Amino acid sequence: MTSFQPPAERIWWNTPVGKDEILWIGIALVWCLIMFFMMPYWHVYGKQNLSSEAYQTTPAKFQARVDAMVEKYKTGEEKGIPIVTPPAGSDVYLLGRLWQWYPILELEKDKSYRLHLSSLDWNHGFSLQPVNINLQVVPGYEMVMNITPDQSGDYAIVCNEFCGIGHHTMLGKIIVKE
Amino acid sequence: MAKFRVCPDSGFYFDKSAEQLIKVNAVAGVVCLLIAGIMALGVVLTRWQTIHLLPADTFYTALTAHGINALIFWIIFFEMAVLYFASSTLLRCRLAGPRWAWLGFALMVIGAVINNIAVFSGKSSVMMTSYVPMQAQPHFYLGLILFAVGALICCFVFLGTLVIAKEEKTYEGSIPLVTFGALTACIIAVFTIASGAIILVPTFLWSIGYINSIDAEMYRVIWWAMGHSSQQINVAAHISIWYLIIGILFGARPMSEKVSRSAFLLYILFLQLASAHHILVDPGMSAEWKIFNTSYAMYLAVLASLIHGLTVPGAMEVAQRNKGLTKGLFEWLRKAPWDNPVFSGFFISLVVFGFLGGITGVVMGTEQINLIIHNTIYVPAHFHATVVIGTTSTFMALTYLLIPVLFRRGLFLPKLAMWQPYLFGGGMVLLILFMLGAGTLGVSRRHWDMGFTGALLSFEYPGTAYMMMAIGAIGGVLGVIGGAAYIVVTVGSLLFGEKLEKSAGILESFGVKPLAAEVYNVERPERLAMAKKLPVEQHGSSGFEAPGTFALAMLLLVCFVIYYFINWDYLSSVWPMS
Repeated sequence: MTSFQPPAERIWWNTPVGKDEILWIGIALVWCLIMFFMMPYWHVYGKQNLSSEAYQTTPAKFQARVDAMVEKYKTGEEKGIPIVTPPAGSDVYLLGRLWQWYPILELEKDKSYRLHLSSLDWNHGFSLQPVNINLQVVPGYEMVMNITPDQSGDYAIVCNEFCGIGHHTMLGKIIVKE
Repeated sequence: MAKFRVCPDSGFYFDKSAEQLIKVNAVAGVVCLLIAGIMALGVVLTRWQTIHLLPADTFYTALTAHGINALIFWIIFFEMAVLYFASSTLLRCRLAGPRWAWLGFALMVIGAVINNIAVFSGKSSVMMTSYVPMQAQPHFYLGLILFAVGALICCFVFLGTLVIAKEEKTYEGSIPLVTFGALTACIIAVFTIASGAIILVPTFLWSIGYINSIDAEMYRVIWWAMGHSSQQINVAAHISIWYLIIGILFGARPMSEKVSRSAFLLYILFLQLASAHHILVDPGMSAEWKIFNTSYAMYLAVLASLIHGLTVPGAMEVAQRNKGLTKGLFEWLRKAPWDNPVFSGFFISLVVFGFLGGITGVVMGTEQINLIIHNTIYVPAHFHATVVIGTTSTFMALTYLLIPVLFRRGLFLPKLAMWQPYLFGGGMVLLILFMLGAGTLGVSRRHWDMGFTGALLSFEYPGTAYMMMAIGAIGGVLGVIGGAAYIVVTVGSLLFGEKLEKSAGILESFGVKPLAAEVYNVERPERLAMAKKLPVEQHGSSGFEAPGTFALAMLLLVCFVIYYFINWDYLSSVWPMS
């Protein structure tokens, strides 16, 4: 008469079901459906969604596009890393490599940018702090999304995908101007 | 001819070869848990920023070893023991192909040793996930492949045993629920190991230079078809053990065989979609793909877990109420044997798995919410609730049952055993809660130094994050002490525990009657009979039999709903992106 005995009916589908179980299954199913439809709902009405826009790329190709942007819009330098101020609405590029985010981006508050992300070597993790936006940066793939910084200040990009011994030194920066 | 012995305490029939295999697999598992536990201490004491014990390279080696030994080796060795128990022992059937089972075990041991050699050499600190193109030594992958092949053989021994049991009619009717759950685990395991082979074999060939490159994104998608699905083996296995434990301790029968088994079927059908949970913020996946997969097709596997969340304690409640513990909503629970580590380990596991593991898992697996959680320390917090308290605590609880029943030994230091589930569970809950908090503040997982020493630029996490990591680490240390207590009790029992020559009466208080003495004198056990039908008014369609459990389930739901929408609110505060 226990859980490790064969059921009383060989066809277990025919065993009776209690009211509490039926009620709970009903409630749980409704909750599951609500959670399911929250995701498409957010795609329509929410403001934080990822696009599925991405391209296969190579380290050389992506590096060339980053370099082109740096050359065109470089406005300064911090500790040897160029600071780039691309115009609002433009395509901005950020690359991850061992162990650096390159370059430093200077963006305008409440303006949208098309951010392109890729890695030149291993997997890296784009973790924008303290906003706490986290993205996976995968070598060979260029991920594109529209971002609209809505607070000004200096933001750090922490690498949060393990990338070897210097992983903890991999910090980048995004500056958002009023 | 197979020989069985009857355990005088539990009445279980043990086939001799199955018994030996259950023992060696369990022991091998505990050895791996010991390694994992020592590594865990190094990891938490390093992430506790004030102590910051290990240098970076050792830390990453320790973290890799901790992950692989705890999450793969300990759990899967123990699961193989569970599979043999659920087939041979529960069905009173000889084990199919014991020699194959020994071969499988040997491969698993060799694989585990080879992989550990690679990791501890310090040249394969690639984390458990070993994302390409970061490369480990070839024997890192080879060890995992051998281990998986061994486990696959064991799965087929399990399936073969089910076939023999049916053929030789060792039981009446259908297989028991616990075996049904183990079968679920086995089916998921076969799927998992196949996915593992698809990705690890090419990766091994790449590491020895036969293949030029492995696509980094493809690796992530397929690796996680193994990596996440293997956690679903654990879920199916430990839920089966929950049913087993309430059956043994309380004589509980499932509230409804139909509901509990259907829930296991939902696992088989939908749990394997979980690879997507790790790919939600990766490049290139469409929103439709993410939503369908991350929700296990409309959360049908989550539904299954919510069902077990009701039916496991519900079955226990019904059994307790039938014994007269009917006062109020919770007398059945208050008067449960809280000083028995088999029960307390199981119940802590059930509660924490549901409230912490389940809820955080669904929240962070929500497509958009993953943006604020991916790769933060929130993620390990979640899976410590599911696999450390969920699976490992359950396996520990089962061990306390197996020591007298399988090894025929009395518990060594029973007082320590009594406190062990609380120490382990309490420490881990502390670790989980505060790592969840630190993750919400953006602290990264798999990170040696949250102070970023040596970085060109600078960033400082808020002081609260440091404090939370410190408290979490204290919880981690307590958890390690609790884990050490388990090892002391287990190993101590095998070495110094009182030898139980005849019935020790250990389980008599739960209504299990002692049977014959311990000799392998049974050629063929009595056929396992079907459960007796209960009158409907006592069970089934008419009743609302587990009001206490229902109240607890509603509490879970309320917490779930509130926490779910809090996270949407948090998400709505970050930078808009599309």
